[in-house]
Amino acid sequence: MTQLSVEDLHKRYGDHEVLKGVSLDTEAGDVVSIIGSSGSGKSTFLRCINFLEQPDAGRITVGGEEIRLVPDRNGHLKVADARQLQRLRTRLAMVFQHFNLWAHMTVLENVTEAPVHVLGLTRAEARERAEAYLEKVGIAHFRDSYPAHLSGGQQQRVAIARALAMEPTVLLFDEPTSALDPELVGEVLKVMRGLAEEGRTMVVVTHEMGFAREVSSKVMFLHQGLAEEYGPPSEVFDNTRSERLRQFLSGNLK
Amino acid sequence: MIEWAVITENLPEYAAGLWLTLQLTVLSLVAGLLLAVPLAVLRTAGPLVVSRMVWAYSYFFRGTPMLVQLLLVYYGLGQFEWVQARWAEGNGFWLIFREPYGCALVTFALNTCAYTTEIIAGALRATPHGEIEAAQACGMSRLTVIRRILVPGALRRAIPAYSNEAIFMLHGTAIASTITLVDLTGAARNAYSQHFAPFEAFIFAGLIYMCVTFALVGLFRLAERRWLGHLQPRKAGSVKA
Repeated sequence: MTQLSVEDLHKRYGDHEVLKGVSLDTEAGDVVSIIGSSGSGKSTFLRCINFLEQPDAGRITVGGEEIRLVPDRNGHLKVADARQLQRLRTRLAMVFQHFNLWAHMTVLENVTEAPVHVLGLTRAEARERAEAYLEKVGIAHFRDSYPAHLSGGQQQRVAIARALAMEPTVLLFDEPTSALDPELVGEVLKVMRGLAEEGRTMVVVTHEMGFAREVSSKVMFLHQGLAEEYGPPSEVFDNTRSERLRQFLSGNLK
Repeated sequence: MIEWAVITENLPEYAAGLWLTLQLTVLSLVAGLLLAVPLAVLRTAGPLVVSRMVWAYSYFFRGTPMLVQLLLVYYGLGQFEWVQARWAEGNGFWLIFREPYGCALVTFALNTCAYTTEIIAGALRATPHGEIEAAQACGMSRLTVIRRILVPGALRRAIPAYSNEAIFMLHGTAIASTITLVDLTGAARNAYSQHFAPFEAFIFAGLIYMCVTFALVGLFRLAERRWLGHLQPRKAGSVKA
């Protein structure tokens, strides 16, 4: 069954067209890695999926339900029903490059917040759920710490637990290791690898070619707002057709 | 030579004055803070017209001396026949403005509210954008984001600046003595006029103000420890690794 489907997504900033019609489909258990040089539109694409950016054209369907869009005064698309968007966003949890944990809450509060105040779980249920996911990402002993007192890798693992606590159908990762010190990247990738092995559906914008090659079921190479290559990693990495991807990879794989 | 009698003979009056000063300070601070939170949200996230109205209110109260505001309310309102008619009717709301106590309380509350609104609005604007995005991304409504993420974070960040405002208010209430109220400053004035010993009368009042100020500072330090833990350096050994 298709968990997330994006059709012909367009996005422009002024005269600059960042996305020129990008599509993506994920079946349950798919891990899609989106790679490309900076400025290729890969983060914008991911952020358009849950409407942190407004796409100018395109269709987005989550679990068979299409997000209803209407044109606004300027002809841009906007969400027709804010409640529908909020409901569908709970099925698309997002992990950010800069973690974006809520600074005034402890680790545990960060993970229980949305389950209680969005999904309507009781505090006890949310706490039980949070403890389990904090355990899974290996950070349960920091439950009462504040985010500022943790390392980047630990904060990102908390952010992953926060996303998991929503029990979403698709996990969106926006360059989850790009803000980390090199020696902290491994701990986060290990957690993500574990999630992929559990069969979770993930869309990952990343610069980690090793992860893209070994973990993903599909790889998309974005270049100047278009998907230049899209297929299983064996095809994309080993039978590279695009000259641009070849250049990109030779710069990335040393 | 210090005349201790100026102080000892007037102790009950000083005590009553202190009690009035504390009432005016605490009540106006509480009312001002409660009103300032929604106003600050409207100032930063409300529709443009509403935001401008809040701005105009705070601009007026921050742009004029509190003494002028107090005199306007206490002497100025009674000049209007319409207000006099409400007094004659016994209208409960407008009767507040016939008593100096009510005039002082309302003026002080509106004044501190204006400053507090700006303090909290500043803290709201300083919310890291990523925290708001994270809240939106997990499906929070606009109201939930304000209630759970924006306001709690901003109120915490505002504590250090707000502690100054609270101290200014404590000292600002001294002008209540200009509209016949016998607060701490009023009590000192009376003691001075009875004994013609200004130094003793006012230095004692000053010392009491200082003690209350230090108590306030202490309270705010406790509040920072309780609510600003996330901005403080980690204490050694507080987390087991």
